[in-house]
Amino acid sequence: MEKFTKLTGIAAPLPLVNVDTDMIIPKQFLKTIKREGLGVNLFDEMRYDDNGNEKSDFVLNQPAYRTAEVLVAGDNFGCGSSREHAPWAIKDFGIRCIVAPGFADIFFNNCFKNGILPIVLPQDQVDILMKDAEKGANARMTVDLENQTITTSDGVEIAFDVDPFRKHCLIEGLDDIGLTMEKAPAIASFESRMAQERPWV
Amino acid sequence: MTGKTLYDKIWDAHLVDQAEDGTCLLYIDRHLVHEVTSPQAFEGLRMSGRKVHAPDKTIAVPDHNVPTTAGRENTANMTEESRIQVEALDKNARDFGIHYYPVTDIRQGIVHIVGPEQGWTLPGMTVVCGDSHTATHGAFGALAHGIGTSEVEHVLATQTLIQKKSKNMKVEITGQLPPGVTAKDITLSVIGQTGTAGGTGYVIEYCGEAIRALSMEGRMTVCNMAIEGGARAGLIAPDEKTFEYVKGRPHAPKGAQWEAALALWKTLYSDADAQWDKVVTIRGEDIAPVVTWGTSPEDVLPITGVVPDPADFAGGKVDAARRSLDYMGLKPGTPLRDIKVDAVFIGSCTNGRIEDLRAAAEILKGRKLAEGVRGMVVPGSGLVRAQAEEEGLDVIFRDAGFEWRLAGCSMCLGMNPDQLAPGERCAATSNRNFEGRMGRGGRTHLMSPVMAAAAAVTGHLTDIRDLM
Repeated sequence: MEKFTKLTGIAAPLPLVNVDTDMIIPKQFLKTIKREGLGVNLFDEMRYDDNGNEKSDFVLNQPAYRTAEVLVAGDNFGCGSSREHAPWAIKDFGIRCIVAPGFADIFFNNCFKNGILPIVLPQDQVDILMKDAEKGANARMTVDLENQTITTSDGVEIAFDVDPFRKHCLIEGLDDIGLTMEKAPAIASFESRMAQERPWV
Repeated sequence: MTGKTLYDKIWDAHLVDQAEDGTCLLYIDRHLVHEVTSPQAFEGLRMSGRKVHAPDKTIAVPDHNVPTTAGRENTANMTEESRIQVEALDKNARDFGIHYYPVTDIRQGIVHIVGPEQGWTLPGMTVVCGDSHTATHGAFGALAHGIGTSEVEHVLATQTLIQKKSKNMKVEITGQLPPGVTAKDITLSVIGQTGTAGGTGYVIEYCGEAIRALSMEGRMTVCNMAIEGGARAGLIAPDEKTFEYVKGRPHAPKGAQWEAALALWKTLYSDADAQWDKVVTIRGEDIAPVVTWGTSPEDVLPITGVVPDPADFAGGKVDAARRSLDYMGLKPGTPLRDIKVDAVFIGSCTNGRIEDLRAAAEILKGRKLAEGVRGMVVPGSGLVRAQAEEEGLDVIFRDAGFEWRLAGCSMCLGMNPDQLAPGERCAATSNRNFEGRMGRGGRTHLMSPVMAAAAAVTGHLTDIRDLM
């Protein structure tokens, strides 16, 4: 997994609540058997018209935000389907960090598996970042995972929480299957106990 | 020491390892796999030379992509991309030696209908699948939730998941449901009250007299949509109905093992002194037949209501409601019963079981689809379809003018050719009314099977109680 340590980049504002994974990556793009190449279809139905032309009013189509690396969003971001194609598309577009007042559970988990940092902040702090993001390309935000801070273009510093294990995995770029496999003896002993206690499983 | 919730009990029984920071390794009893969210996971195993850790606990079935029309066993009749995914599942299932129900097998169907039907889903288990509606299996008192593809790979390789424990939420539905009100109305009404993020961070246990009174099919409908309320999982404590449903199923325990299992299953309930982090109580008598008006499952109102005014909401929901109404082509103040529909979809992991088809057929018996309305019934599995045909339900649906399809997810997510056209409005028994969900520009109103059947007959959203 790609490491996440510190990022300074353009933040795109998407002040919508309940952005679901069908919006992030519509179903027709789930037919791939690869993880890459979905960035062009990120937010497809919001981003392109029926003829496949870009809708100029959509934030990621605006010149200022075409290379955004941070997304500032509304509450309950990523609700709906478990499709990991959603974080794959976000990552493939180039966004590595999403800030919102809340995330849906499965999407939140999926982000960490893909080197994306989802940050939960109270609405008033998200509002500050949203305003900063609305300034466009000259307003670059810095997200520092090590120190757990976001710094706006005006130098306002906002602290955030992150699960220590997930932080460690992101900073080191760890593959958690490898980590779990180191616990093979514990898994084996659990299985032999279960074979006695719940043989029908 | 305080008592434990049902969730606490299942969690504790599956804990393999717990780190100091609270990160846990949880054992997974059943892993269900479908064609859309698994190819990259199997590819990951191959690239790293890993095997499936417990092939006997892993069950694969194609459902999301498969056509629901005749001739689908010939993959040449599928679109190129769908064919590749279905063939990849076929190859992966055979290469890794996992249980598998291809479309040529009558047991094929929507993964969340097949699991319980075959007795793979049992009380007290942990069940995961790369699909958010895995919550369905919670109806058996199993801890069941959706996972992403990276986690699918993790479970394939280790039969465990890295997890942090969720909080406990109790949703109690007291008393009795009025006539015409179903499990779907319960689960939608709960989301209407708590919001789509109301359950975030929680596992919900549904309880109360109205939940106890539901059949296993109804309980699956309730738990299925726990995810739409944001919860990691929904649970219902098992009881005699659960045991009766499970008994004799192909993969349920038999003989002495059945007795041992039953003894353990009877301990699966929340203790009277268990601690809850959040409690929601709704009177069954207060629940009405409901429909959704917007593009979020929380946009729920009784059918007697009117399309709301975005200005009546607060915060970010004002813009969201405006956007929803624009997408749905609706004006504030319009009575919900005046909304005309173009299509009716009966099926999905929410409402594609035999009881759902019986309920819809009961309304459609001797009636016809309204002029200009198209209807589609997609049974949840090949066995549900066969059962319905044995009962003559297919004849009722066909006589009413519905298409009688083969099993799959179908129009619920529109990955196969079953889709809405832009602007087409559908009364659907499925679970998501998101923008574009059933087809680009398609408009979805969620409701129960009887409400969908009623809309089919009248051609507009209808109060089922008017047809009873």
